[in-house]
Amino acid sequence: MPLLAITVLGHDRPGIIAETTGVLAQLGLNIEDSTMTLLRGHFAMMLVTDGASDAGTVEESLAGLTADGSLSVSVREIPTESVSSRGSAYLLSVHGGDRPGIVSAVVAEVAKVSGNITDLTTRLAGDLYVLIAEVDLPGSADVAGLQRALEGVAGELGVGVTLRPLESDDL
Amino acid sequence: MTPQESAGGRVLPVVRAPDPVLSRPGALVDPTATEIVQLAADLVATMRVSPGCVGLAAPQVGISAKVFCVDVSAHPKTRGHHGTFVLCNAEVISATRNEKAREGCMSVPDLTGDVKRASRLVVRGFEPGSGAEVVLEAEAFEARALQHEIDHCDGLLFLDRVAGAHALHARKTYL
Repeated sequence: MPLLAITVLGHDRPGIIAETTGVLAQLGLNIEDSTMTLLRGHFAMMLVTDGASDAGTVEESLAGLTADGSLSVSVREIPTESVSSRGSAYLLSVHGGDRPGIVSAVVAEVAKVSGNITDLTTRLAGDLYVLIAEVDLPGSADVAGLQRALEGVAGELGVGVTLRPLESDDL
Repeated sequence: MTPQESAGGRVLPVVRAPDPVLSRPGALVDPTATEIVQLAADLVATMRVSPGCVGLAAPQVGISAKVFCVDVSAHPKTRGHHGTFVLCNAEVISATRNEKAREGCMSVPDLTGDVKRASRLVVRGFEPGSGAEVVLEAEAFEARALQHEIDHCDGLLFLDRVAGAHALHARKTYL
C-alpha cells in the first residue's frame, strides 16, 4: 500500500485530533509524520500515514468529522519519497509592514539559486508581517549573492531580511 | 548612572515593529553630550514605568542611536546582575555558553521567539555623562538582556535571531 496524505481543515474545537487519530488507529494506520497548527484560528492538520487501507476507505471512515460541514477532510495516495538532506541549511527571516507580495518576492530569490524551502511559517501580528523559513542551499549556491539579492528585494518592499546559517549542535 | 541621576528622565512612547527605526543600525554617540545624558535618563524612566520591562534601547523610543538601559534585578530568572545601568556604543567582547530561551520585546508585543544566546558575556561600552569606558561581565538572564539591547542598537530584533521556522509564537492572551 502507498502512503496516504491526510488533511483536516476547518473550524477549531476540542477533540478534532482525538477523533481523527482514533479512526486512523482503528484502521491500523501508522502516523509517520504530522503537523498541526491554527491558522488565523482555523484548525489545520496534515498527516502522512502508512498502513493497509486505501484512500477511499479512510475518507469514508473520517466522514463523521465532515458531517456538520465545519471541517473538510481529504485523503490521497502519495509515493514514498526518500528523505535526503542536501546542501547547507540556512534560516531566512523577513519582517516589516504588511503588504501583498512579500512572501512571493522573497522566495522567488531563493528559488533562483535552487534553494529548497524545508519549513516555513508566516505570521501577521497587527501591522507586522513576519516570515521565517528554513532553506537548504546547494553547495554551488552563491550565498553572498543571494544575501545581496534578498536585501535588494527587501529594500523595495520596505522590510528587513536576514539570512544566516542554521545552527545545529551535535551532541 | 545611578537612579538619582536618572531622576530627570521623561517617559517616552515606545515604538512598535514594523517601524523602520527598529531595523536601522543606530548611530555611535558622544556619551558626554547633554542630549545623550538626557536620553539615558529618559530610557530609564520609560523602562521603570513599563511593567516587566528589563531593558530598553534608543531605537525603541524612535531614536536611532547606540544607547540602552538594562535592569534585570527584579526578574525571577536573574542570577547575577549589575542593577540599573546605561551603556553607550556597547559591543560584545566575548560570548560563550549558548542557551536557548523564549523572549519577547515591548516593540513586538504580540509575538515571542526561541532565541539562542550566550549565557556568559563580556561587554564593553561607555557611561553616559562621564564617558568612562566600562567592561562588564554578565551571566544568564542579564547576559540575554544585554545581547537583546545591543541587537536593538544594531537594528536587529529577536525576529532576526529565532532558532527556526517553528520558533516564533503568538503571545498567549487569556480573556
